[in-house]
Amino acid sequence: MIDPPLAQIPLAAYLLVGTVLFVTGIACMIAKRNLIGILIGIELILNAGTINLVAMSGPFVAGSTLPALDGQIFALFVILLAAAEAAAALAIALTFYGGYATIDVDHGDRLNG
Amino acid sequence: MMEPHTAIPSLLAAACLAPLASFVVILLAGPRLGRGGRWAGYIATAAIAISFVLSVAAAYQWFTAHPLSPSVASHEAADVHASGDHTGVAPSPLSGTWYTLARFGELQLSVGYYIDSLTIAMFLMVGFVATCIHVYSFGYMHEELHEFHDGEVRGDDGEPLVRPGRFHRFFQFLSLFCFSMLGLAASGNLFMVFAFWELVGVCSYFLIGFYVERRSASTAANKAFIVNRVGDFGMVFGLMILLGTLGTLDFGDVPGPRGELRPGMFSLVRAEAEHHALTVPEGMRQFAGGAVPSGENAEGSADRAEVAHGAAADDSRQGAAPRRGAPSGYVWLILAGLGVFCGCVGKSAQFPLHVWLPDAMEGPTPVSALIHAATMVAAGVYLVGRCYPLFTPEVLYVVAVVGTITLLIAASIALTATDIKRVLAYSTVSQLGYMMLALGVGGWVAGLFHLLTHAFFKALLFLCSGSVIHACGTNEMPRMGGLWRKMPWTAGTMLIGCLAISGVGIPLWFGLSGFHSKDAVIAQVLLFQRANPIYGWVLYAAVIGAAMTGFYMFRLWFMTFAGTPRDEHVFAHAHESPPSMVVPLAVLAIMAVVAGWQVPGTEFSIPNILEQGRPAGTGEAAFAGAAWTALTVPPEHESHQAVIHAAASWAAFAAAALGIGLAVVFYGTRKVDPARVAAAVRPVYVFLKNKWYFDELYARLWVRPTLFLAGCAAWVDRQVIDRLADGSAAAVREFAVWDDVFDRLFVDRAVNGLAEVTYRLGLSLRRIQTGRIRLYIVWLAAGTAALFVLASLYWQFLTT
Repeated sequence: MIDPPLAQIPLAAYLLVGTVLFVTGIACMIAKRNLIGILIGIELILNAGTINLVAMSGPFVAGSTLPALDGQIFALFVILLAAAEAAAALAIALTFYGGYATIDVDHGDRLNG
Repeated sequence: MMEPHTAIPSLLAAACLAPLASFVVILLAGPRLGRGGRWAGYIATAAIAISFVLSVAAAYQWFTAHPLSPSVASHEAADVHASGDHTGVAPSPLSGTWYTLARFGELQLSVGYYIDSLTIAMFLMVGFVATCIHVYSFGYMHEELHEFHDGEVRGDDGEPLVRPGRFHRFFQFLSLFCFSMLGLAASGNLFMVFAFWELVGVCSYFLIGFYVERRSASTAANKAFIVNRVGDFGMVFGLMILLGTLGTLDFGDVPGPRGELRPGMFSLVRAEAEHHALTVPEGMRQFAGGAVPSGENAEGSADRAEVAHGAAADDSRQGAAPRRGAPSGYVWLILAGLGVFCGCVGKSAQFPLHVWLPDAMEGPTPVSALIHAATMVAAGVYLVGRCYPLFTPEVLYVVAVVGTITLLIAASIALTATDIKRVLAYSTVSQLGYMMLALGVGGWVAGLFHLLTHAFFKALLFLCSGSVIHACGTNEMPRMGGLWRKMPWTAGTMLIGCLAISGVGIPLWFGLSGFHSKDAVIAQVLLFQRANPIYGWVLYAAVIGAAMTGFYMFRLWFMTFAGTPRDEHVFAHAHESPPSMVVPLAVLAIMAVVAGWQVPGTEFSIPNILEQGRPAGTGEAAFAGAAWTALTVPPEHESHQAVIHAAASWAAFAAAALGIGLAVVFYGTRKVDPARVAAAVRPVYVFLKNKWYFDELYARLWVRPTLFLAGCAAWVDRQVIDRLADGSAAAVREFAVWDDVFDRLFVDRAVNGLAEVTYRLGLSLRRIQTGRIRLYIVWLAAGTAALFVLASLYWQFLTT
């Protein structure tokens, strides 16, 4: 069963929210020098993508009246991956700190050309 | 006690190997053997003495097992032999294999032996003469013990060459030489003969060129070697024919790979079933006619049987063999015989290959003695004697003619030669001619008898001449004279040698060794002349040769030893040689006297020993076989008939007396001046003095064309092939220069340019690699945005 008021919200609104989140995430990644801040930006971007997946999930399973949940399932996967990614990223952050005694990414420019 | 048939081959093998062992020891230890290599001489002498002792032991075994039959000469008439009992007692030769080298199906190459009384006699002769020569060499070669001053070789500064002594090397090659000759005598097949044959050749090469720094010596060594190769060329042909048609080179029957008795060459050519008459063997006839149809085959056997029957039935034996068309394949038998004889012509210095022997005098005198008496030249005559059963009458006639020509030419050259060794060299050539002549006219025993007696007196003569040269320091007889007062032993022994080689004796009774053997030769030639009147001219040649022999030998003796000294300086310098040289002379002189005699109370005499070894069938009238010519080779025992023997004996005596008498008149009493005679017959004298211009003729005929051809080839090499090679090299170099320019201009520039571009690109690109992660994200976002913008601007192009 789909909740009727929710069904009234047009697709564009979801996409707009996703876009705002995405841009916010990018801006966060660009602006923040703190590694944790960048990590938060990444999370925002991931969530933007997740919203898009859920929004564009098909209404029904082909040839039946059962609601299709493929978008939601993808969203679960993404959340899972985001958790794993966060773990890896936090580990990087720790190591970074071990190497530089800071988590300001602007200090980690040893790989310049 | 071992059985003779096993003991004798072992004894002879040991006799062969002793000098080889000595050679190896001296080769390895060389100059370290005592001061100046003195012990090398003792080792070599001991080795050859051991060989001689072992040969004597083998001879003892042999003659105990096979007693000699009663003296041939004492038989009243030939009828005893005609009944066949003589050949009946002849022991069959021992033949077998020491070691099998290789086996290819039916073909077998082996180191084998073939031993009969001829082998034994050769071993005894070689061992004895070589031992004497070894002992003599101690004295003769003593100068080689220390540093040697070779006055005949001048350096650039005009000083004589000084080099280390080569005493050990001399004895080393002497040992190898003896080994080669003994091996040759024991050989059981022609393959082995050929191997030792070449070994003898190479030893002679080493020894003739012993004074290698002297140009004349090295040239003489080359000449000997090359001339011998000419003969060997023919010999190889002969061997190929025999191997190709008979499938074997073994002389006698030897056990084959499966234990069966493989017939040797002699059995194939003179089968026992054919009463040892000469027949064309099956292999040769098939070779000549391809696959023989059975009908023709049967006819052939009948034909052979008839020949044998006819020969056996014919009593007169004058013109015994019925003349008939030669059977197919006969030509191969002739060619094989001529081929083998070709090798003998080279080795035994027969016309036309006699030119090497006089030049071989460049070697030390003991070597000359060894070459001339016991080894090298004896090998050729020995091989003719050994291969005698294979020779057809035509081949024998060629042998006789070559021998006759040789004996006349060489004797005539010896008349005018003034170099003491050259006189002896030509006399050797002449005597070898006698041996070949004797073998060619059917005198198997006579020829080999002369070979053996000649070995003793020619070794003696050479060693005497060596003693003279040693004393005088010159080879030229016109500078000698009157030497008998200074060196009586040498003079006395040399006189004995001269008497022996001239064949002096009392006709029909007794004489020196040469008298007996030369009588036998001339008796056989006389018999041949009676049997074949049209070919009888060889008889006159033989008698004239005998006269010339007497003349030149006594000319030599008188010029050297008699009268007043011609050169006071040489005479004052002369002295008798040391005992190590004189003793061998005395021993050889005794042999030169007695070698022709029969040991009193026994049957031992060289002719009897040889008679026992006569190849089966060659003493028979049937020897003539089926021939292309009307030639009859008379059986040798008929030459013992009183009438023949007496005539021959008197003829030889008269000839020798004439020759010696003339020598006495010219040189002994000096009543007639030889120079005036020479002036009177000047053209002849000059002709003989120049050795019939053989060297010049060969220079024109062969040497110069060869050199011209070589010059042409060299010109073509230089002008065409070298130019072609040089030209192509130059072209390649020119091309390489252009290629280099192209490489630098284009290839290198393209590669370098590419590298330059890449480098600069990298330099410019490194600037945006700041390492700042946030900047990267900006780029990422901007790039994505740009892609979106582009995609939206050109959407219609992308979708259509």
